Amino acid sequence: MNPELVGRVFDATTPYLVGREKVREFARAVFATNPVNLDVDAARAAGYADIVAPPSFAVVVQEQTLAQLLSEPDAGIDFSRVVHGEQRFSFTRPIVAGDLLTAVLTVASVKTLAGNSMVTALSDITDSDGRHVVTASSTLVVRGDA
Amino acid sequence: MTAAELNPAAATNVGPGNLTDDAVLAVGDVVAGAVFPITRDSLVRYAGASGDFNAIHYRDDVAAAVGLPGVLAHGMLTMGLAVQPVIDWLGDPGRVLDYQVRFTRPVVVDPVEGAKLIVSAKVGKITPEADAAPATADAPATAATPATARIDLTVTYNGDTVLGKAQVVIALAGR
Repeated sequence: MNPELVGRVFDATTPYLVGREKVREFARAVFATNPVNLDVDAARAAGYADIVAPPSFAVVVQEQTLAQLLSEPDAGIDFSRVVHGEQRFSFTRPIVAGDLLTAVLTVASVKTLAGNSMVTALSDITDSDGRHVVTASSTLVVRGDA
Repeated sequence: MTAAELNPAAATNVGPGNLTDDAVLAVGDVVAGAVFPITRDSLVRYAGASGDFNAIHYRDDVAAAVGLPGVLAHGMLTMGLAVQPVIDWLGDPGRVLDYQVRFTRPVVVDPVEGAKLIVSAKVGKITPEADAAPATADAPATAATPATARIDLTVTYNGDTVLGKAQVVIALAGR
């Protein structure tokens, strides 16, 4: 993996419109049962504009940025050798249906350990007002030659 | 879920929306838990919902070709479901401020038997609210911060933990 990736900032992604039925579909897929994730009236009663996405829904928006990283011509990342090592979501507020979200990936670190490479990428996700919603952080392990 | 699997002797607050604003939490309290029987159907559903169509999550031949012991659950499915008992306890997914995991062991999902994931959540740390502080000669100004708790998740499959450092930081006061 190319160590000069550290600090590289990628182009902002095409805005992602968070659909209500997509949130429901995702919520069911992660076994979410809370009414705030599924029912508009329950979400509004809890103070939200619409149903709230489960925390890990942010990965759907983040995924656009990871695709940019993996396809970067000089990154030297062999996708067939990539293993997901760590994941983190740090929220300013939860994602809500109706949000229009844009993500910008920054490469935070590149390390080599015992023949494997590790890249940590931070994807800052902001809403249509430019306000921070959540930062999604992934550490990807690229296995070296066995 | 069954009570025996959750160690009910320790689970004092288990149940939806049971975290009230005047609840007294202590480090070590088991606050939530659940058992998730996942199947190949669960993996297909998650693939569609998330857009992660890596074939190791639904094709035995592809999993075998890359040296895996079988079709694996998406790590992000495990992460996504493991926090749900905490959200049910909180009663509001918006109270999750930070959530992190390490993927330490794969979850093989048998085509017939599926796989059973057991989640237990306990209080790891409590941080009281702090008032804003003006800058001093030694330190910059700090903003006021709300009271939070770190909830530590244990997720097991066939008796082994599959996530490491699985931590959820929650707001202790509701909206």
